Amino acid sequence: MRRHFGLWLYLAFSLGILAVCHYEALTAYAQLVLMFIGINIILSSSLNLINGYMGEFSCGHAGFMAVGAYVSSILNVWLFTSHKVFGPPVLSPSSAVYLFPVTLLAGAFAAALAGLLVAFPSFRTRGDYLAIITLAVNYIVKSSVENIQVIGGARGFMGMRKVIEEMEAVWRVPWIMFWILVFTGLTVWVLHRFVSSSYGKGIVAIRDDEIAAEIMGVDTRRMKVAAFMLSSGMAGLAGGLFAHILGYINPGTFTIMKSTEVMVMVYLGGMGSLSGSVLSAVVFTLILEVLRPLQVIKWVVIPLLLILLMLLRPEGIMGNRELTDVFPGLRRWFSAHKGA
Amino acid sequence: MALLEIRKLTHYFGGLRAVANFNLQLEGGELLGLIGPNGAGKTTVFNLVCGFYKPTEGEILFQGKDIAGLRPHAVTAMGVARTFQNIRLWNTLTVFDNLCIAQHFRLGYGLADVILQTGRFVARERHVRRTAEELLEIMGLRHYAGENPGNLPYGMQRRLEIARALATQPKLLLLDEPAAGMNPGEIDQLVESIRWIRESFALTVWLIEHHMRVVMSVCERVQVLDFGETIADGPPEAIKQNPRVIQAYLGSEELSHA
Repeated sequence: MRRHFGLWLYLAFSLGILAVCHYEALTAYAQLVLMFIGINIILSSSLNLINGYMGEFSCGHAGFMAVGAYVSSILNVWLFTSHKVFGPPVLSPSSAVYLFPVTLLAGAFAAALAGLLVAFPSFRTRGDYLAIITLAVNYIVKSSVENIQVIGGARGFMGMRKVIEEMEAVWRVPWIMFWILVFTGLTVWVLHRFVSSSYGKGIVAIRDDEIAAEIMGVDTRRMKVAAFMLSSGMAGLAGGLFAHILGYINPGTFTIMKSTEVMVMVYLGGMGSLSGSVLSAVVFTLILEVLRPLQVIKWVVIPLLLILLMLLRPEGIMGNRELTDVFPGLRRWFSAHKGA
Repeated sequence: MALLEIRKLTHYFGGLRAVANFNLQLEGGELLGLIGPNGAGKTTVFNLVCGFYKPTEGEILFQGKDIAGLRPHAVTAMGVARTFQNIRLWNTLTVFDNLCIAQHFRLGYGLADVILQTGRFVARERHVRRTAEELLEIMGLRHYAGENPGNLPYGMQRRLEIARALATQPKLLLLDEPAAGMNPGEIDQLVESIRWIRESFALTVWLIEHHMRVVMSVCERVQVLDFGETIADGPPEAIKQNPRVIQAYLGSEELSHA
């Protein structure tokens, strides 16, 4: 029990949230905000792997999100519901309860494969030039979706709501919240393990000095493929979850604007700080909601806040430190429990 | 069989011939020096051997296998490690992590092991850490384990570069101007540690150096490059007397004064 204290804490927190949602003690709006926080945590911490830890500048994260969103949505609608294009359900609709995570991961895997579109060029180019490639990939994905009429083209794709309803018909659990909690926890946990292993630190070596990394035995190509696939796969996961919250997606959601939003969260939190990314995803999502009454003026206030942040604290909230570096007591406390 | 055998190595940068018809037989356990005026092609030879450049022509045989054109990390995996003339440490990582990451190619576990923290991961990671700790101890860097390399005194950074190269467990160690920027005291220490490392790790050392004091006191054999061509090869005493070397490399001055 004491060994994985953080894990147990998160489990207790998740169960609390699920209970509150189940007994409808939380307004639908508050639930929605919580879900967006989870998704933003996945997006910002996965992008931090590339922009923070590996030191590349990826500005096409929304493109991978789109791949995950569309693949998992199409799979779910095709398999579990009757749809005017895809016909009657292929599997029994109630099996969605078990197969939902599988389709979600299939979407993530598709997004990871799309990540190769950036990983391969990254062997030969980096910095600004690679940034342009990520931008291009974002546009390629968006334009492709817009031009495939079977999945709705620019009008968007819907029907995922029915899948969730089928799942809720089997067991009355707030399913989408459940899976967001699971995958948010999983993402942060996987990333934490990755960046604290000697294996994962290979990408930090690439950031610091790529030539030295390659010459001192780091297979930089393999590490780049690993990092880009992991990062874009997680973006795909976030996309899949996102698609099932509202049950409707359209390519216009996954533009460079969305990518920029994720980038802002990464820089707000601090490059190369996982806890910074988590923190900033929470803060940024909440700020967006708090400023909602300002309507259009919101998009004046938020950039202004960012300018102030960049002037006063260009390294972001956490810099490249983790929560345990800022509060050494926290680490001592955790490690004391770990030993027990 | 020679540890390293280079045959007719030639390299062009566009129209510039950087290395011309370079030949070498390096036996295991040797301590060879490579000297020559600036721009003679010494570092290019190192870059070719460690796989950073693909030679225009020629063969590089390491333990009988042709390594020309292999990617650098694969060459390192075969047992060739190097240090850099302009220090290239990973400055946002700790000294300790620098020594762990240099073992990257032989971590022996993959992404799945990292995520699941399998037994293999735990065992291998423990081994990597122990190796790093041993090197910290041996190289006198224990005190700096948690520091970023950029904060270390210059001599210590050079030491860390050597420690990092040793972390790859090489058979052949290439040192590119290890004494550059060091004061006389540090140079004496360096000479001592090069000798000592070579003995205790049973290494073959090949070094580029401008400090004649280092070359003459530590090397058993010296090779001289000028404009990409080998103009002399022999024991330090003979090199000192060689008129071509004196003319090309030092003008009319005596070698020992350099």
